[in-house]
Amino acid sequence: MIANNGPRDQEFLLPANTGFIVFSLFVAVMLNWLPWHGWALVLRPDFVALVLLYWCTHKPHRIGIGIAWVVGIFADVADASLFGQHALAYTVLAFGGIVLHRRVQMFELRQQALHVLPLLLLSYAAYAVVHWQVRGYIAWEYFLGAVVSALLWVPMTLLLQAMRRPRHDPNEL
Amino acid sequence: MDDTRTLRFFNRGPSPVARLVFFCALSLLLLFVDARYQYLESTRNVLAVIIYPFQRLTALPGEVVGSISVYFETQSRLQEENAQLRQQHDADAAQLAQLAAIQSENTQLRILQELKERVDYPMQTAEIVYVERDIFKRKLIINKGSQANVVAGQVVVDDFGVVGQVTRVYPWLSEVTLVTDKDHAVPIQFLRNGLRAVVFGSGDIGEMALRYMSVSSDIEVGDVLVTSGIDGTYPPNLPVAKVVKIERDPAYPFARITCAPLAGVDRHRALLIVSGLPKLPERPETVETKDEPERAKKRLNRRKQ
Repeated sequence: MIANNGPRDQEFLLPANTGFIVFSLFVAVMLNWLPWHGWALVLRPDFVALVLLYWCTHKPHRIGIGIAWVVGIFADVADASLFGQHALAYTVLAFGGIVLHRRVQMFELRQQALHVLPLLLLSYAAYAVVHWQVRGYIAWEYFLGAVVSALLWVPMTLLLQAMRRPRHDPNEL
Repeated sequence: MDDTRTLRFFNRGPSPVARLVFFCALSLLLLFVDARYQYLESTRNVLAVIIYPFQRLTALPGEVVGSISVYFETQSRLQEENAQLRQQHDADAAQLAQLAAIQSENTQLRILQELKERVDYPMQTAEIVYVERDIFKRKLIINKGSQANVVAGQVVVDDFGVVGQVTRVYPWLSEVTLVTDKDHAVPIQFLRNGLRAVVFGSGDIGEMALRYMSVSSDIEVGDVLVTSGIDGTYPPNLPVAKVVKIERDPAYPFARITCAPLAGVDRHRALLIVSGLPKLPERPETVETKDEPERAKKRLNRRKQ
């Protein structure tokens, strides 16, 4: 299978098997659950959102809105936030990723990050709006997390692409 | 197969927009139910048990680093600390002896006055497993839950004062809302003059607000606030906060008073859960005034049904 990653990035990638997708999501969830606090918490990128967005833009028919929603529900339990708060944010994010997946793949990685940032901001905004409606205030520094996440888009995509590349050269006889 | 297909030759289920609408509606429904009612607590507990091992796994690196740093603590530092602790112990012992004398005197006085004895609150220690990863909230997760008879509403203290209150209990964990959480209210009393008030969290670590105190009230910087025990939730006389700043602007009816929590709200690992709070007698019902006989009658009828 040849992933259509734009003209300059025609590389051979292994088909993403379900195990690998689940594993990457699992690692992202673990990273999110590390005991961050203080400034590290404010600047913490949302690894789950990033990995979800990666799969939504690269394999939109495998990872979709439903899975994003389920992951969000588990995040809600772990963070003791309201049921549906993360779920709503990840649903919006997955939808954005799926709708824009062709457009995002047209660009090179750094430009992709610029497309990813508004999607992440939208998802963060969904979370913050729910919080605002229920508790009555918004912590603006929360949105720094979206910016940090967008900065991590390039290294994370490179890492996941590298792990999907075959070990041996496929042209080798 | 190419993912960038435009024509829909194969049935791939509902369109993304339909899915978006469906899952958004589902999320909003859950949000509404969770915010307004308590129906989903059991579901949350089941899911919490499933993810509990993974949560412990993520807390592991921090614990390992902690134990390693303890292991490599130098002998001289330990000796120093030991000497310090011994000194502290001597001082404490002297004070404790005094306290015992005063306590016995106090019990005698109480018996004389036929007062009900104040309950000696049983306590259990708990350790912070992790702090909340949501920067909107000031919460902690501690390692005692309903298996250790922790009940929502119990008060959590450290050696300096009140840290917060247990707000949600899982089988092996419970969630503590800190006194600095936004709008968390603690009924307090000034140690110096017995003035009663309510102190609110500001949502900021290290800051609490004392609202609705008139400009002329007798408050000074450095005043210590202790729990008054009036609400029946917080045991009386636990230190809560200290006044750090007072702004008296005659243009406003109330003074702006900023306090700092005394407890190491973000400092410690080990905490105490205070349990066995005295049951206060039920609040007397408000007496109906005579000019509203109809409403009173209605209420009576409702009660009969």
